[in-house]
Amino acid sequence: MVRGMAKYLVNLPAVTGRRLVIALPLIWLAVFFFLPLIETLQVSFTSARRGIPPYEPLWGIGDDGFFTNFTTGNYALLLQYWSDYFGPAFNSIKLAFFSTLVCLIFAYPMSWWIARSNEKWRTILLVLVMLPFWTSSLLRIYALIGLLNPNGFINAAGLWLGLIDAPIQMMQTDFSIYMGMVLTYLPLMILPLYAVMVRLDADLLDAAADLGGSGMQIFRTIILPLTLPGIIAGSLLVFIPAVGEFVIPALLGGPDQLMMGKVLWTEFFRNRDWPVASAIAMLLLAILTVPIIYARYQDGRDTVAEMPNPKRAEAG
Amino acid sequence: MGRMNGLVLSLGALGFGILYLPIIIMIIFSFNAGKLVSVWSGASLKWYAGLLENDQLLSAFGTSLLIALWAATIATIFGICIAVAFVRFGNFRSRLALSAIASAPLVMPEIVTGLSMLLLFISMESLFGWPSGRGVDTIIIAHATFGMCFAAVVIQARLRDFDMAIEEAAADLGATQPFIFLSITLPVIAPAIVAAWLLAFTLSFDDLVIASFVSGPGSSTLPIVIFSKVRLGVTPEINALATVMIVVVAVAVIGASWAIRRRLSSRDQN
Repeated sequence: MVRGMAKYLVNLPAVTGRRLVIALPLIWLAVFFFLPLIETLQVSFTSARRGIPPYEPLWGIGDDGFFTNFTTGNYALLLQYWSDYFGPAFNSIKLAFFSTLVCLIFAYPMSWWIARSNEKWRTILLVLVMLPFWTSSLLRIYALIGLLNPNGFINAAGLWLGLIDAPIQMMQTDFSIYMGMVLTYLPLMILPLYAVMVRLDADLLDAAADLGGSGMQIFRTIILPLTLPGIIAGSLLVFIPAVGEFVIPALLGGPDQLMMGKVLWTEFFRNRDWPVASAIAMLLLAILTVPIIYARYQDGRDTVAEMPNPKRAEAG
Repeated sequence: MGRMNGLVLSLGALGFGILYLPIIIMIIFSFNAGKLVSVWSGASLKWYAGLLENDQLLSAFGTSLLIALWAATIATIFGICIAVAFVRFGNFRSRLALSAIASAPLVMPEIVTGLSMLLLFISMESLFGWPSGRGVDTIIIAHATFGMCFAAVVIQARLRDFDMAIEEAAADLGATQPFIFLSITLPVIAPAIVAAWLLAFTLSFDDLVIASFVSGPGSSTLPIVIFSKVRLGVTPEINALATVMIVVVAVAVIGASWAIRRRLSSRDQN
């Protein structure tokens, strides 16, 4: 009994220390990440009002006892003005999907190039990929505007060289959105692809070639299946943030490139309808549930466990 | 290199071109005397000089720096906790809850995180009177929250590679757990901690969307000011500012990867 207590007292700092290490981040994230989502869900079921804050409390205890302002009106509004809200939602999915595809088209050969280079070039090319990742994406998109503007660099160069007669409209089109997405998310597609390609056994490719496999056959039967985990991981890393993107449609898109992030922003900052903005946030989360759960499942399989570590990739 | 054909090389080169052409053109035209990013009207440093006199940009820079320093530090401390819990503590009771809640912010759209944080701050204020209004402190809390999840991923990877035999030897020799952690584990994972801090700092310093929601009057960060200026059209001073920031980051990243390579190769020789 006494010995047991002595043992407990000796281990006490380690045990409470352990609890603290788990509890500190758990409580922080519960309060500042999980609770806010619950609060957003609540606000999405109240109605807007003039005042501070600009929405009714969902429930409370007043003079007449418990009261509630529960309404599904915000979601009904989303359904009623279907084309104003679900239109941008479909547009977001469409633009994010094709952005992912364009990123893959560029990232696949780039990763292959990096993975098959000698060690010195591999480091240089990886630093070149990582460099934009560490610089502000807002500033890179700003730089892109300077390129695509009607009086920007590309149009000026084209006019000067006589390739075009009048400036081409590139800003506020799907093209400018895709350029912005590639500029922002290309490194996120390259890193997981590079991680699987650098582990690909070169002997396997040699053996296939020796046995008479054509380039296309080798790609289809060996390279593609073996790099599929990288393709899936990279696509999720690009697609998920691209659906909720705000800066790119706000700065590069026009009225035809409405995306959910921009619609939410407008409802919140311009219309000051916070309940509707909250309902849009819930709609956005609902759309992303499937890819997010799929990403967690992929993560659990450890195929991409080391993927989101830019520093390690950089160290080669 | 022999296996690479023209298509791979040209698509790859085009990819690097898309990443770098806008930046290079912007850097060149930040030295342009004229306002346009298309017509060269002589070399000039006037936009850089204008930058030093722009009080709005300078004070926003100071605000962003203060926020990023605090947010990155808090994020790194909590990130170490999360990583240690996952790698070292085996199957503790709240493991699933912690892993779900620590990975969700990685994939949450910024715009949802920003809106929901603001709604929480407002309802907390009406319940407890804290935080009173929004400002630098609420931005720090918001940035630390998502920063710690990224920091945890970076530190976790390094902690997994760690050779447990060293710690076991120290424990056999009678060292206590906190002493072992401070004198052995922490120094070994120090590079990952630095990387995690830098990542959290960068995420905070570059964030526009979340800060827009949880900032208050007088706490405009640099991205908020840049965004409002860019919306009004191209401003050459932003070219100069962007050039300065990109050069600083480039020097830091190239220097860091050079240092890592040197360290690795000197370790290989020993």
